[in-house]
Amino acid sequence: MNKRLLPLYVVAAYAFLHVPLLILAVFSFNASKFTVWEGFSLHWYAALAQDRDLIDAAANSLIIAVVATALATVCGTLAAYALWKRASGWISGSLYLSLVTPEIVTGVSLLAFFQWTFRFLNLRLGMHTVILAHVGFSLAYVVVVVLARLRTFDPALEEAAMDLGATEFTAFRAVTVPYLAPAVAAAAMLAFTVSIDDYVITSLVAGVDSQTLPMVIYALARRGVSPMLNAVSTIIVAGLGALVLLSERLRAK
Amino acid sequence: MRRLRRLFLAPAAALLAVTLAAPLVIVCLYSLMTRGAYGGVERPFTLENYTRFWDPLYGAILLRSSWIAAVATLLCLALAFPLALFIARSGQKKNLYLSLVILPFWTSFLIRTYAWMFLLRDTGLINTLLQSMGLIHEPLPLLYNNGAVILGLVYGFLPFMVLPLYATLERMDPSLAEASSDLGARPLQTLWRVTLPLCAPGIRAGSILVFVPCLGTYLTSDLLGGSKTILIGNLVQNQFTTARDWPFGAAASLALMAVAMVLLLAARRQGEEML
Repeated sequence: MNKRLLPLYVVAAYAFLHVPLLILAVFSFNASKFTVWEGFSLHWYAALAQDRDLIDAAANSLIIAVVATALATVCGTLAAYALWKRASGWISGSLYLSLVTPEIVTGVSLLAFFQWTFRFLNLRLGMHTVILAHVGFSLAYVVVVVLARLRTFDPALEEAAMDLGATEFTAFRAVTVPYLAPAVAAAAMLAFTVSIDDYVITSLVAGVDSQTLPMVIYALARRGVSPMLNAVSTIIVAGLGALVLLSERLRAK
Repeated sequence: MRRLRRLFLAPAAALLAVTLAAPLVIVCLYSLMTRGAYGGVERPFTLENYTRFWDPLYGAILLRSSWIAAVATLLCLALAFPLALFIARSGQKKNLYLSLVILPFWTSFLIRTYAWMFLLRDTGLINTLLQSMGLIHEPLPLLYNNGAVILGLVYGFLPFMVLPLYATLERMDPSLAEASSDLGARPLQTLWRVTLPLCAPGIRAGSILVFVPCLGTYLTSDLLGGSKTILIGNLVQNQFTTARDWPFGAAASLALMAVAMVLLLAARRQGEEML
């Protein structure tokens, strides 16, 4: 079976993984509203630019992703460095737990927690709760990626810097950080990807003024298929795909 | 040195406390309380939220969630094994083939699920094509059933199975398979009696990595299963939103979490470094 059937099977498997998204992209350029090809058109992309809901949601998503990524990247990188110096069962265990907790459980427990704190704080669900949630669930991704890079780092380099008179912090900043830079950038891109894509957790902790792009897409998808949805999907998939490829590149360095 | 380390660890520790530990503590407490008159929770403390799982209505949901996750896991295993075998044996191009498996995984789970809605619905591509070819007259009911949910799960989590299988196959000594065929085994016999048993750690790791998220799925069952396929994830979400029975929702989410933890810890105990 190996010689002829296996390659055939592999082609089919890759088709299964990639063709649905390709079809989605192709039909985003369809002139017709229906699933019958009637010629090439950028009509649905033009319609996107007119849709206030989608644009507002996209703006929210970008703000949330940028802020959450920045925070998660800084905290995660520092934590990875600290864990590399000396392991901490508590922190590693918690990070592992945050990676494997089902999304819906993370979402409802954050919701319950936020609502509980609102008894004491005069706050409501909104951008800040979404951002906090996103920093929380992307932190572990950052730590994993940065820690992998640290495993190839020679501690003697830092020691040399300190022997030459650098303080511990200077050694970290001037020697370790530059070495980690590609991994930190890759981790940031990964955090950005998981943030911009999240629906389950976000929908539970978002307020009325913090609708994100996945939330609008979800609502539209539940109502029915619209070619505009294909257009916005194509843009997101292309954007995230490019980001992930770049991130893989950086990590391989 | 120790001070710097503690300083560096502090922000992450604080974040984990606020976004993971405290919420879980709250959920544990809520799961032991009584539903309030206007949503919310009240005293007295009770175990009633947990005993409600014995209600056949909820038992059926647990059972359905488990078998859908199990079928999806088995299908992933069957589909991923030949693919992982191929990638592990493809020499130079390994990384390219591997990236092609991982790439769709990182490009928006929501949109990948929507892609199947686009293909499967009554006016979707498959039904439209079949109708225009005259093969069917009425659209086939492809969407909003268990089959569609399983398809969506397999599509979504296949990379989780391919990666650990690939990792074990890649490390496997090829001379073992050669020895088997030198001793007269046919290729399928070698596959069944040598390669597959040696692959057991990868199979275990992959199965758990797929089963756990499938069991807790919310998005896939909601979009592809419609209102007919209620799974644990949907039950939890429903209790916290429309039904406003937080204590029961909290108990259900802890039950889900407990199953996930038991599976992961059991696998880790067996020395599964991949998890």
